[in-house]
Amino acid sequence: MSIRMRAKEQSGLVTVKALVKHPMETGQRKASDGSLVPAHFIQQITAKANGEIVLEAQWSPAVSKNPYLAFQYDGKKGDTIEIAMIDNEGKTFDGKGKVK
Amino acid sequence: MNRREFLKKAGFAGMLAAAVSAGLTFPKKVWAAWNEQAFKAKKTPDALNKVYGTDSLTDSDKIFMQTPDIAENGAVVPITIQADLPNVESISLLVDENPTPLAAHYQIGKGLRPYVSTRIKMGKTSAVHAVVKADGQLMKATKEIKVTIGGCGG
Repeated sequence: MSIRMRAKEQSGLVTVKALVKHPMETGQRKASDGSLVPAHFIQQITAKANGEIVLEAQWSPAVSKNPYLAFQYDGKKGDTIEIAMIDNEGKTFDGKGKVK
Repeated sequence: MNRREFLKKAGFAGMLAAAVSAGLTFPKKVWAAWNEQAFKAKKTPDALNKVYGTDSLTDSDKIFMQTPDIAENGAVVPITIQADLPNVESISLLVDENPTPLAAHYQIGKGLRPYVSTRIKMGKTSAVHAVVKADGQLMKATKEIKVTIGGCGG
C-alpha cells in the first residue's frame, strides 16, 4: 500500500493520520542543468470510513513533499478506513486500515 | 526465496492486478474535476471567486488555526485548522504571497469533524487564510506566518 496510515479511536472520536511518499513538484524548481522540473503533485484525495465518503480534498503543489493529511470523525474501533489519491499524471495511491 | 526476490518476480503488474481485484484502486472516473482555474489563480480574491463564486468573507473567531509564527523551513509549514461551527461544508487554505495562493481545499463529508491538518510550502512571509463554508456562509481566520527560508524551490 502506498499510503501509510494510523487510525485511533478515543472517546468516540477517530483521528486518522496518513502519509504518502510523493515529490509534490511545483513545476518551478530548477534541476542542476537549469531546466525546470515539471509539476508532479497529488491533486485529489478521497477518504472513506466503512465505505462512506467522509472527505474529498483537492491539493495544489504547495502541499509539502511526502504529504501529510489528518482528519477526524465520530467513529469506533474496527471501522475500516480507505484513502485513495490521484496525481496530475494519473498515478493512483491507496491505503486501507482499521481503526484501533 | 526471500521477500525481495518474490516481489521482483511478481512484478509491478502483479501487484496492481492484486490491488484492483481487491477493490482498492478507485477507478479514475469517480474523481471529480480538479478545479484548475482556482488553483492557477495568482491572487487570493481570484482564487476565492473561482472556488466560491465570491471573495466576500466574514472574519470568524470560531476558526482556530494552529500554525508556527515563524517557519524556519518554508518547504514544510504545518497547519491545523479547526472550526467550532455547525454544518461545515468545506475548508480552504490560502497563502497570499504564494505564486498561486490556493494551497488546499477540503470538502467535509457527513460525520467528519471540521478539522484538517497538513503541511504546506510557503515562498515567503505571508498572511495565511483558513476559509470555512458553513450553513452557506463564508468565514475566515487569518494568521501571518514569517518565513526565514522560502520553500518554493525557485
